[in-house]
Amino acid sequence: MSIFELQREGFASQRLAHQFEEINQQNECYIVGMWTFLVTEIMFFGALFLILSLYRMAYPASFEQAHAVLLVSFGLTNAVILISGSYFMTMCVRAKMLGDYRMTQLWLGLTLLCACGFLVVKSFEYASEFKDHHFPGPSFHWETTTPGAYTGSYSSQFSTTMPANAVNSAAVSSTYSAPVTQNLNMHKRQLFFSLYFIMTGLHAVHVIIGILIMGTLFFLIRYRHPSVDDYMPVELTGLYWHFVDIVWIFLFPLLYLIGKQ
Amino acid sequence: MSSILLRPDNLHGDTVLDEPNYLNWKSTVASWLLTKDHKRIAVMYFFSISFMFLIGGIAASGIRLALVRPHDTFFSSETYDKMFSAHGIIMVFFFLVPSIPATLGNFLVPLMIGAKDLAFPRLNLLSWYVYIVASAIMLGAVAFGGIDTGWTFYEPYSSIYSNSNVVAVTFAVFLAGFASIMTGMNFIVTIHKMRAPGLTWFRLPLFIWGMYATSLIMVLGTPVVAITLLLVTLQRMFGLCIFDPSCGGDPLLFEHLFWFYSHPAVYIMVLPSMAVVSEVIACFSRKRIFGYEFVAFSSMAIALLGFFVWGHHMFVTGESMYAGMVFSLLSFLIAVPSAIKVFNWSATLYKGNVWLSAPLIFAIGFILLFTIGGLTGLFLASLAVDVHLNMTYFVVAHFHYVMVGGAIFGFMAGMHFWWPKITGRLYPEGWAIVTAVVMFLGFNFTFFPQFILGFLGMPRRYHYYAPPYQFWNDMSSAGATIMAIGFMLPLFYWAWSLKYGEIAGPNPWGAKGLEWTVPSPPPSHNFDEIPLVTEEAYDYKAIHAAEIAGDYSHLQFDHPFAEAKHSDKPTNFEEH
Ligand SMILES: [Cu+2]
Repeated sequence: MSIFELQREGFASQRLAHQFEEINQQNECYIVGMWTFLVTEIMFFGALFLILSLYRMAYPASFEQAHAVLLVSFGLTNAVILISGSYFMTMCVRAKMLGDYRMTQLWLGLTLLCACGFLVVKSFEYASEFKDHHFPGPSFHWETTTPGAYTGSYSSQFSTTMPANAVNSAAVSSTYSAPVTQNLNMHKRQLFFSLYFIMTGLHAVHVIIGILIMGTLFFLIRYRHPSVDDYMPVELTGLYWHFVDIVWIFLFPLLYLIGKQ
Repeated sequence: MSSILLRPDNLHGDTVLDEPNYLNWKSTVASWLLTKDHKRIAVMYFFSISFMFLIGGIAASGIRLALVRPHDTFFSSETYDKMFSAHGIIMVFFFLVPSIPATLGNFLVPLMIGAKDLAFPRLNLLSWYVYIVASAIMLGAVAFGGIDTGWTFYEPYSSIYSNSNVVAVTFAVFLAGFASIMTGMNFIVTIHKMRAPGLTWFRLPLFIWGMYATSLIMVLGTPVVAITLLLVTLQRMFGLCIFDPSCGGDPLLFEHLFWFYSHPAVYIMVLPSMAVVSEVIACFSRKRIFGYEFVAFSSMAIALLGFFVWGHHMFVTGESMYAGMVFSLLSFLIAVPSAIKVFNWSATLYKGNVWLSAPLIFAIGFILLFTIGGLTGLFLASLAVDVHLNMTYFVVAHFHYVMVGGAIFGFMAGMHFWWPKITGRLYPEGWAIVTAVVMFLGFNFTFFPQFILGFLGMPRRYHYYAPPYQFWNDMSSAGATIMAIGFMLPLFYWAWSLKYGEIAGPNPWGAKGLEWTVPSPPPSHNFDEIPLVTEEAYDYKAIHAAEIAGDYSHLQFDHPFAEAKHSDKPTNFEEH
């Protein structure tokens, strides 16, 4: 949709704020501003991805074992939900640009549903992880018999495949090194889960913010509020929502998929 | 400033302040707290950061007081730790980072580029509120026990070995970071999209280039330190494990991420000062800045290179030797653009018609102190020398030369230079010059001895020291007293000038730039008509030629060199 098309008579009408000279300037400011904001977001999440990659390189075996217990089906469902949400969002922006309130409302409603659906799936996933004591901290607990647990060929990590009680008795009977290793690997898995909860948690916070924005927008559009005559609010929300989606596109493979050769 | 020479168009000078301007158009509390006017937000920011500066300054006085008598002490070691931490955190995150951008930058960016406001006025106001909330949390944390990690929050000081208010303070800094991100975003968009017609990038005042470079650092760097401090906060709150070595975390990673922001943050503090100094020097030497493009691009070079030198803070904390070599080389490289600026400023002053007014004295103070700070930085960037000097008072002296000598002298230069524009009245020139000299002497008295202390091996952050260090510490504390007096003087004469200062008129310095074409104080909407820019920045040729020929009629006030020439020259009122 070119700027030229948008300037057509009777097309999405726009109001000029006091600090701007003309409507193009205002629109460009909003768009550049949003992209600048997204750059800060990229730096924000970028640091987290960097931390994840560095620790992964430092502790590959423990991290892969921890990967293995994440529930891929939940992650995949959420990826599908978010990508469809992004499609609905694109359609919503298009409808708003064309000034079609009914369709805007429909597509925005669908996007909202996707966002809420994502949170529902995520909360079930979190619940099961809390139940398994995978939240880091004093209550963290590692069941080596978890289905799908990695039992691969990293010899240095071998001791970790022993059941916890066996390790304890081993400590009493023979060497002292086994529980130490066990303890360290326990910590490294906690490191993974710390990152997992922080990264998905911050992403979920972004989803919740998105729901609040889109919810407000939904009602403003429903009641034809003058502040949404302009298509810019929808356009900017769209940019934000696509960003939230893209973060998940990176989170999903890096947390759930990599490591399962 | 005894005699006032009124120019014809300024005969109604006394009534100028009664005309509607951004200060007097409404005076209710709500009209300030809900304002979207960048000028009012700048003023509110000025008072807020000044207050934080006062608190940080009190902590600094405590430190210097404790170090006079290290053996029978004024404070316990614990209190001392908390004092220098509070001093560092408040001064860096709550004063220096927002100082020039949030006050002078907020005030001047739209005026200088011919816009009615910043691109996002509400975001600008939000930035101030976020800053206020962050400051309140910070002050609360200090009041209820303080923090003892130092301003760097190094792990594991901030994870397992601290029983102080780490969560509150890191969260406050996290919030303050967002305040500066908002300012940076606003400036980037405004400078890109809101320039007046004809104002091309290479016609922009260098102040704008400096603000643009600063904003880039704010936008790219601040999120990283924000997330890092958030991780520290979460780690302490929920027992998560990220940097804590006792659970496999890497404390060095924290340092990398922290300095990835906090080295560029030095340039957030000093680039705006450089930006101010460029304006002041061009105006008071009546010349276009020598090598304008080089000065502009050196700001950008500093902003970008600044992101690749953080490792020089970690030469002795366990980073690899090869990384150290690369970081050392890059740190030397970044001295080049800084040096370009210093040479170009000097070249601008050369053969200029120099008017040695207070802002210029502050600016020259900046150049001298920044040069010392920069050159000693090269000592610290050399791997072998750094092994000896790291964690000593040499480092403390170095960064105070850059951050106080650099950033604050630039801030003072700018505040004096634009004071007439902001308030509509002139400050007393004599007092301002005295302040500049007192601050300069006091500053050197305080911090030069610390170079010597550091070279002799006194470690930083300690409450006690061996007797041989006593003399230099006493000297430093004595100097700090002089400097404190220097900082308090403007409080009085600025306040005095608000009521009794001479009416400034739109352009008391005969300066170039769009901000000097509007009345002082400017009206709320800045420009009645958006200006059309047809000339380069700092087009002082005509003024320079006139002044050399003895014609000072473009000035409303006495130029000190004009005395003799004015007397035989009638003020040509009847011409008008
Ligand atoms: Cu540095």
